[in-house]
Amino acid sequence: MRIADKFNELNRRDEGAMIAYVCAGDGDTPGIVHTLVNAGADIVELGLPFSDPVAEGPTIQASIQRALDNGMNTDRYFAMVKDLDVNIPLLVMTYYNLIFKRGLKKFTADCRDSGITGIIVPDLSMEESGELEECCIDNEIDLIYLVTPVTKGERLDSIVSRSSGFIYLVSRLGVTGARDDVAVSTKELINRVKTDIPKAVGFGISSREQAVEIRKGGADGIIVGSALVDIIGSGHDVTNRLDALVRQIKSGLK
Amino acid sequence: MKNQFKGKFGQFGGQFIPEVLMPAHKELEAAYEQWKNDPRFIKELDYYRRDFAGRPSPLYYARRLSKKYGHKVYLKREDLIHGGAHKLNNTLGQALLAKYMGKRRLIAETGAGQHGVATAIVGANMGMTTQIYMGVKDMERQRMNVYRMELLGAKVIPVTSGSQTLKDAINEAMRDWVTNVEDTHYLIGSVVGAHPFPSIVRDFQSVIGIETEAQIIEQEGRLPDSIIACTGGGSNAIGIFYPFIDNTEIDLFAVEAGGMGMQSTKTAALHSASLCVGEDGILHGARTKILQDPYGQILESCSVSAGLDYSGVGPQLAYLAQIKRIKPRTASDKETLAAFHELSEIEGIIPALESAHALAYLAKAADKGELGEIVVINLSGRGDKDLESVLKLEGNK
Repeated sequence: MRIADKFNELNRRDEGAMIAYVCAGDGDTPGIVHTLVNAGADIVELGLPFSDPVAEGPTIQASIQRALDNGMNTDRYFAMVKDLDVNIPLLVMTYYNLIFKRGLKKFTADCRDSGITGIIVPDLSMEESGELEECCIDNEIDLIYLVTPVTKGERLDSIVSRSSGFIYLVSRLGVTGARDDVAVSTKELINRVKTDIPKAVGFGISSREQAVEIRKGGADGIIVGSALVDIIGSGHDVTNRLDALVRQIKSGLK
Repeated sequence: MKNQFKGKFGQFGGQFIPEVLMPAHKELEAAYEQWKNDPRFIKELDYYRRDFAGRPSPLYYARRLSKKYGHKVYLKREDLIHGGAHKLNNTLGQALLAKYMGKRRLIAETGAGQHGVATAIVGANMGMTTQIYMGVKDMERQRMNVYRMELLGAKVIPVTSGSQTLKDAINEAMRDWVTNVEDTHYLIGSVVGAHPFPSIVRDFQSVIGIETEAQIIEQEGRLPDSIIACTGGGSNAIGIFYPFIDNTEIDLFAVEAGGMGMQSTKTAALHSASLCVGEDGILHGARTKILQDPYGQILESCSVSAGLDYSGVGPQLAYLAQIKRIKPRTASDKETLAAFHELSEIEGIIPALESAHALAYLAKAADKGELGEIVVINLSGRGDKDLESVLKLEGNK
């Protein structure tokens, strides 16, 4: 499913999107994805683990390491995604070297063939993304750009103009990781980004209260990663706790 | 060969970094362009280089070494620079630039500890808060440097992620910078990372080559036939090579750590020879040659010297190797240790294990005829910091 179709559907119901991140290969990924979707996740970002994930905080770093230790690699990733039976947009989040090494054409074709409709690359700047953007267009895949509290002026405008699917608003300076509050910079950023493309806020979101506040601030969706990964990492009552957290957060977006 | 498209060296280099760091890189680039030719900045940097660092460093004609190998061997004595290595050339320049930019805090990564010490020195001297990221494994190998940094008022932060060496320290420093980008300068220690770092660090290190050129002309009346430098990230190598790049009659040898052998396991290489056997890829913000598996996962590297133990290499060196302007070579741990002893015994100079790789290559190549008559070796650092690890290694024989 394309990302735009999902946001259109949610708009009609006046709901915000709950976007869930988990790292492929950490735990029973197909089971985890079904749990997330059944609990109400609207989009799933499935991390393809990279050995040197500079944008991640300790929680997701640890998850990535477990996935690599479990033998996850790009071939297994696409095979696993292909077998997932879910009717929501699936996105891949990974670092540029894994895409580069496979070849941009092959990687994006593999995405298309396995049902992935969006790519997020936290270490790929606008300056270097031209080639991947073309390959994405050829394969009907959205390349999701990130903007941050320090992205301003003309730079912000050009990123917004090149975005498709949704724009990923990094809520604060720093790496990924669950936090309790919503930074002032988050609301400012939501206001600063002027576009018709949906805006989704990520980095540090772990509760219903934050979801409500961000939705009220004008965002079209939120991205939850570390809070879910924490549960997976604990190995304790994973399915029930994931289900409960996703339902709780999603209830704040309706 | 020098005037490439800004930030790119052929296909290498560029800016592969999180969006949150882009404004900081742009700000740094603009500040560097603004200050690098400013008379006040140049004057202040000259003052630090001369009176604080001890530049120019001598170009020493090593008589006994020359006699042994049948070449005229000159050593560029970066080991005599304050702090014990060439690293201060870069930290002085960058810290001064950061100060001109109004930054109050310096962060840095360190492998052998040399760059950390050089950063702590300038942090103390210029009154800036300094935090150094260092892999736990390297902290064990280089305890004295940890203590040195602490003495100099810097905080050393142990890095426990990944392989617990240089590449993980870089990852952690980048994470810190992502969080504190507004008041902090990331003082990267080699010619690696995203543009403009490889160019800035090269420019500050090229003082080595500029001095060498004047000194060899004064002593020999002509330029050398070859220059040898060890190469991890490659800052001392590009520093001495850079002024000679357009003069293709001079052979430039970049000697990488051959470690315990040129093989790799599934997750680790037994060497650190990214120029020699690495593949095209993206690491720490730049496209360059890196040690990686078939999927693009970064392999851990290995070397007897922490300062060369890195899975990537500066993008400009990757480019110069590709166009065959520099000659990448390796020296193994064993060859390096032999050279470490040899220089100590016949010249009375204890070299850093990093620099001993360059010396080892002299021994390897002396009979092959590829070095010419006059050879300059960049003696990038002194070996005091390595005594403990060498003792440990040789005690285990």
